[in-house]
Amino acid sequence: MTMGVVSDPPAIVAEDIRKADRNDRIVGVVQRQGALAVLIVVLLIAVAAFPNFRSLDNAATILVAAAPPMLIALGMTFVIITGGIDLSVGSLYVLGGVLAAWASQYGILAAFALPLAVCGAIGLANGLLIAYTRMAPFIVTLAALLGARGLMRAISSEGSNTYLVQNDAFRKLGNGSFLDIGYQVWLVAALVVIGMVVLARSRFGHSVYAVGGSEDAASLMGVPVRRTKVWVYVLSGLLAGLAGSINAAKLGSGVTVLGTGMELDAIAAVVIGGTLLTGGAGTIAGTIAGVLLLGVIQNLINQVGNVNSNWQQVISGAFLALVVVAQTYLVRLRRVT
Amino acid sequence: MALLEVVDVSKTFPGVRALDGVSFTLKPGEVHALVGENGAGKSTLIKVLTGVYQPDGGELRYQDKPSQFGTPMDAQRAGISTIYQEVNLVPLMSVAQNLFLGREPRNRFGLIDRKRMDREARTILSDYGVSADVRRPLGTLALGAQQMVALARAVMIDAKVVIMDEPTSSLEPREVQTLFGVIRDLHARGIGIVYVSHRLDELYEICDAVTILRDGKLVHTGRLADLERIKLVSLMLGRDMAEVRREGATAFSGAATGDDQAPPVLRVRELNSRHKLHDVSFDVRPGEVVGLGGLLGAGRSETIKAVGGAYHLDSGDIEVDGKDLRKPTPVRAVRAGIAVQPEDRKAEGIVPGLSVRENIALAVLPRVSRGGLVSDAKIDAIVERFMTRLRIKASSPDQAVGDLSGGNQQKVLLARLLATDPKVLLLDEPTRGIDVGAKAEVQSLIDELAAEGLGVVLVSSDAEELVEGSDRVVVLRDGVVVGTLTGDEVTTEDLMSTIAKDTREH
Repeated sequence: MTMGVVSDPPAIVAEDIRKADRNDRIVGVVQRQGALAVLIVVLLIAVAAFPNFRSLDNAATILVAAAPPMLIALGMTFVIITGGIDLSVGSLYVLGGVLAAWASQYGILAAFALPLAVCGAIGLANGLLIAYTRMAPFIVTLAALLGARGLMRAISSEGSNTYLVQNDAFRKLGNGSFLDIGYQVWLVAALVVIGMVVLARSRFGHSVYAVGGSEDAASLMGVPVRRTKVWVYVLSGLLAGLAGSINAAKLGSGVTVLGTGMELDAIAAVVIGGTLLTGGAGTIAGTIAGVLLLGVIQNLINQVGNVNSNWQQVISGAFLALVVVAQTYLVRLRRVT
Repeated sequence: MALLEVVDVSKTFPGVRALDGVSFTLKPGEVHALVGENGAGKSTLIKVLTGVYQPDGGELRYQDKPSQFGTPMDAQRAGISTIYQEVNLVPLMSVAQNLFLGREPRNRFGLIDRKRMDREARTILSDYGVSADVRRPLGTLALGAQQMVALARAVMIDAKVVIMDEPTSSLEPREVQTLFGVIRDLHARGIGIVYVSHRLDELYEICDAVTILRDGKLVHTGRLADLERIKLVSLMLGRDMAEVRREGATAFSGAATGDDQAPPVLRVRELNSRHKLHDVSFDVRPGEVVGLGGLLGAGRSETIKAVGGAYHLDSGDIEVDGKDLRKPTPVRAVRAGIAVQPEDRKAEGIVPGLSVRENIALAVLPRVSRGGLVSDAKIDAIVERFMTRLRIKASSPDQAVGDLSGGNQQKVLLARLLATDPKVLLLDEPTRGIDVGAKAEVQSLIDELAAEGLGVVLVSSDAEELVEGSDRVVVLRDGVVVGTLTGDEVTTEDLMSTIAKDTREH
């Protein structure tokens, strides 16, 4: 069929294309909804096997614990879809917490504004360096990871200064609830919905996909490649700072020993959620499923009780490996033509 | 009135004058063919027109006003769209998203109106003969359909000029007809088109005017209908026939070295590869130099690569010394005795950072090592032998190949190929980019090697080199063998007339 006669009708539809269409849709669904499917299976098993898991209380606990990781993973989703990576978020998270605890003495607004300003500025520096000097995101954000952690240690004198949250209103934000679900969960849910709309339905969101899909093509097509890159790192920094702030409100102090390895958990959740580490494809819905999956596994291991909690990391690691293998296979399937 | 015009424009890169006082005028509604062989300056000219390069001298005029485009985006905004040979879209995004990226229809909340975008995309693409689901990732479409999406996008942005760089190289014949339909439509709407292609049939079918470049200079511009095919080819290749007869200047001896009776050392039968090769067959006898003739994109390099196992074939047989190569891979080809000198010696051949010795040794490591250990003495002997035999001029075997002249780099590559003790040598542009003296040396080496009984396949864009170096010339066009020149027919005139022959007149 390759040698059509010249007078053939000018149509490019063919049987093989229709078949490819169907394959492609199936593969696409598996890729996007795989994490959700696994999450549902794990939930069903958990509900059947652990009576304690079923309680509404426990569900609320899982959601509250998942709130800060969700914010970080939200930002990370944008970054990874552009084909980048942001290693600084774990450090920004703990730095944000310390800053929020300290600033809470000046009011609730300050407790949010200061971490957002500082972490947003570090994100901006990351983005500018990555977009304009073409340095590798890995290196730039690794430097920010070290720098931000150093800054946190310095202002807390190696952790010997613990900043307690003096502001009751701020603490209440972290511990109160509406309809039995913590305030922070509502806040995170709202931001996630906004994030979904922005990614799927705005020009900025389309630019994010285009930059990750093919940077050269995107710039030839007139996408503001550098601006898009700068913004995703700013966004990632802001969300990490906000996550720190929320956590400080919950804990009532700026705890300095948190956040190590949190950037890796976020990357894992994003990738488990079906976002390609090479960029260009992914969804926030997938990331939600990824974050909750990791959270539920953690919760289950706590339920079992006598199991060393480090097993959680072993299981998460195994999941991640599985997902990456499956994804590679699916992407290859998808290149049918 | 001129739509887009360059006047006396020049562009120099270190060591190369890519454009030398070239003028080019595109009128509204004109389909203007831009032709020339490799290195003629076509791509440089296109890049000047589209703002990728800034010219060193001369003037760019757009709609009768002096203009300057700092970036491809500036040119695009002004209405100059380019469709590249390689599709430049985002494969993972949907067809509709690719079509509308940056210009998506939005609803009153400022959000992208997906339904409207998909609907409009469907309408637009149906005019281009594409009826695939527009929500699918672009990368899952056939290349031809992707090319159509790129074209639709280029035209959509209110283009006044559309530049097409070999748009048909990945299209099937019926897709080419769809493309031509679109071009005729653009032509009727007064849009100017610059059309780069090496397929003569296509040029004569769709183009009004032609500009021929050679070695960075303008050699001809005018109406295409007034220019005979044979004249077009000779202008492109730069061989005035009388001049060739007078000078005949290559280092080839011209004497036939093949033995007509000997069984072929290489038998190639019915090579097929989608779009690129159709039933390509030929034989090479020991001691024979078989030239592959044809214009750029005719399938010469693809044939060479396919025989070397490095190009995907849908079907075909390759036999070396009567033994079938079955599913050729580079490793099998080398084992069978096929040595390939690739077209781009920098990218695919030598390792510039390694020394002469190391480069030659790369090919023979399996033969000079035992139990994974390499014998230095054996390597030294081989290196010594080839450096003398091929007259490689290097300060020592330890000099980095990257520091040698082009001619000597080529000889190192040849040495590496010969060190594997091949039966067949495939040479793709062996003298490109090397100076005259070295060229002559490489040419006489090819003669010597054939005289020693090697079967040689030679590809060269230099018609003279091809004709004088080959005992026989197999002429390819659009992936099809259109003729074989033997004996007295091996002349540049016969080569050109075979290349230019209008297939549709049969």
